[in-house]
Amino acid sequence: MSVLAAIDAQTLVDSVGLGAIYALMAVGIGLVFGVLRLVNFAYGQLVMAGAYTLAFTANWRVVWSLAACLIVVVALSLAMELAVFRPLRGASPAVMLVTTFAIAFVLQAVALLIDLRDNTLGEVATSVAPLNQAITLRGVEVRKITIVAVIVTVVVLALLALLLNRTRIGLHMRAASADFSTARLLGVRANRVIGLAVLLSGVLAAIVAVLLTVQLPFVQPDFALRETIVVLVGVVVGGIEKLWSATLGGFLIGFATGILNGALPTDQTVFLPSAVFALVILVLLLRPSGLFVWGRPAAERL
Amino acid sequence: MRRWVDAAVQLAAPAVLVVAVGIASRFVSNAHEIYFLNALVSVAIVVAVYVFIGNSGVLSFGQVSFVAVGAFAAGVLTIPLESKTGVLPQLYPLLRDHTIGNVASLLVAAAAGGVFALLVGMPLMRLSGLAAGIATFAVLEITHNVLREWTKIGPGATTLSLVPETTDALQATLGALVVIAAAFAYQRSRFGRRLRASREDPAAARGVGVNVHRERLWAFTASGALAGFAGGLLVHLLGSITTEQVYLELTFITLAMLVVGGLTSLWGAVVGALAVSALDSFLIESEQGVKIGVTIDTPQGTRLIFLGAIMALMLILRPQGITGGKEFRLPRWRG
Repeated sequence: MSVLAAIDAQTLVDSVGLGAIYALMAVGIGLVFGVLRLVNFAYGQLVMAGAYTLAFTANWRVVWSLAACLIVVVALSLAMELAVFRPLRGASPAVMLVTTFAIAFVLQAVALLIDLRDNTLGEVATSVAPLNQAITLRGVEVRKITIVAVIVTVVVLALLALLLNRTRIGLHMRAASADFSTARLLGVRANRVIGLAVLLSGVLAAIVAVLLTVQLPFVQPDFALRETIVVLVGVVVGGIEKLWSATLGGFLIGFATGILNGALPTDQTVFLPSAVFALVILVLLLRPSGLFVWGRPAAERL
Repeated sequence: MRRWVDAAVQLAAPAVLVVAVGIASRFVSNAHEIYFLNALVSVAIVVAVYVFIGNSGVLSFGQVSFVAVGAFAAGVLTIPLESKTGVLPQLYPLLRDHTIGNVASLLVAAAAGGVFALLVGMPLMRLSGLAAGIATFAVLEITHNVLREWTKIGPGATTLSLVPETTDALQATLGALVVIAAAFAYQRSRFGRRLRASREDPAAARGVGVNVHRERLWAFTASGALAGFAGGLLVHLLGSITTEQVYLELTFITLAMLVVGGLTSLWGAVVGALAVSALDSFLIESEQGVKIGVTIDTPQGTRLIFLGAIMALMLILRPQGITGGKEFRLPRWRG
């Protein structure tokens, strides 16, 4: 019971903020998976590139710094599609995943090289740091970034829902996610749909970079790596076949991480990762196609 | 007759390659010998991982857990008694008061890996696809977390040191050969064939009466035992080890070696491990300035970029791996 009692409004608010950021990452990974059947392990390195851009442009005006971050991340995302994802289309899932490991590896090594030019490891991204200040609402300290993160996530998800459900290209994307080859037969342009998915996932990575650097302004080459792994776990636990279940899975694992870190005293958290991952295994055994996927499980993909 | 020749060649080719690397290590300087021994231990680890992933077609990120368990079991049990109470005072008495020989420790490592894999595999082998990938990844996280925090069974977050460095050229070669022979025997056995059938077409394999769950479990257990054994070789090569060395990076590099070589053949696992090891050793050397006709001197830190880029390029240009996922066979004469 002591654990439950320790969950106060403060922890709850912070956890929702964290869950919102993880949900955005989950959307970015889920969008690309939908059309390409590719789990992009290098997604975290897009976020990392954005964070470094923010750090290197820290003394620019905020608007320009944010714009630079967006441009760099989207360009990198599209470059990844052209140079890596496109030639890999139709390769086995294991090959695609391991290739994105290799890409992640390269990007991290490049970042290390760039970072070490000044002979110190790590850069500080402070352009949007003022958002880290807190305002007090009924005795609960709410940092501005939490409010911003939640609002941004809700707005982004709403816009995405509009795009997918109300536009022609959105319809094409949904068709491509359901059955790519049939969709192509019916006139869906593969490159356009994939390009848009990659573009959107790049925009999302840039947003995540901004939101994460507010909370963790010290940027290192492994920035967002841990978060990516956790989000990937959340996405599969939630159900990667559907964008919404994947997003919910991302939110849930971010929220749960926040709650558990906030609620347990530090000397009791040493075996916390084991408990969390044991729970992940349990959920996967009970619902292999995803916690939030209802109806008949999809047939095994061969 | 032809079948037996083919089979003999399939086993002989990787064995000859491994022995050649073992012999070559005797003819280079002490500073360079470590690259060859590392490559041989990598072969053992990659082949162990191949036994499950290659034969079943199910992606697992968890096999390095069994390497870790084997490495720490072999390491903790072979530290000399007189120093053990000093460096690892919190151990359970059973572990603290006994020290065993080198070969025995490798067998214990194999047993520990195998039993752990059996226990984990029983529930997990019902999964396939991404769910299996994430669940086995969760096993890696749990293993890493427990090894790092539980000081009654090992060194916890500190370095396990003073392990006898018994993996020399002979032991590394023999160890890799043992793993290759075991993997070959498994894939030629009825168990291996049933599992490979389920990899090609799960529905058809079920149709002819293959119990896919059971076959996967055997392979997972065998892979776990071999990985544990390879972990024993690793710790006796390094002499000291931390939990971080048998965690994410080793998992990625092992999978990369397997995929680069060709996921679905023993030959591919061996070739991939040796090719990536060779490339990595070359890049490490060229950071210090290497001379092959012309002097190649790459700036510090570019090694990882090259390694990753070459791996990515390889996978994009030849996604079926160097060997195409096929076993070695002699070219046939056509008269």
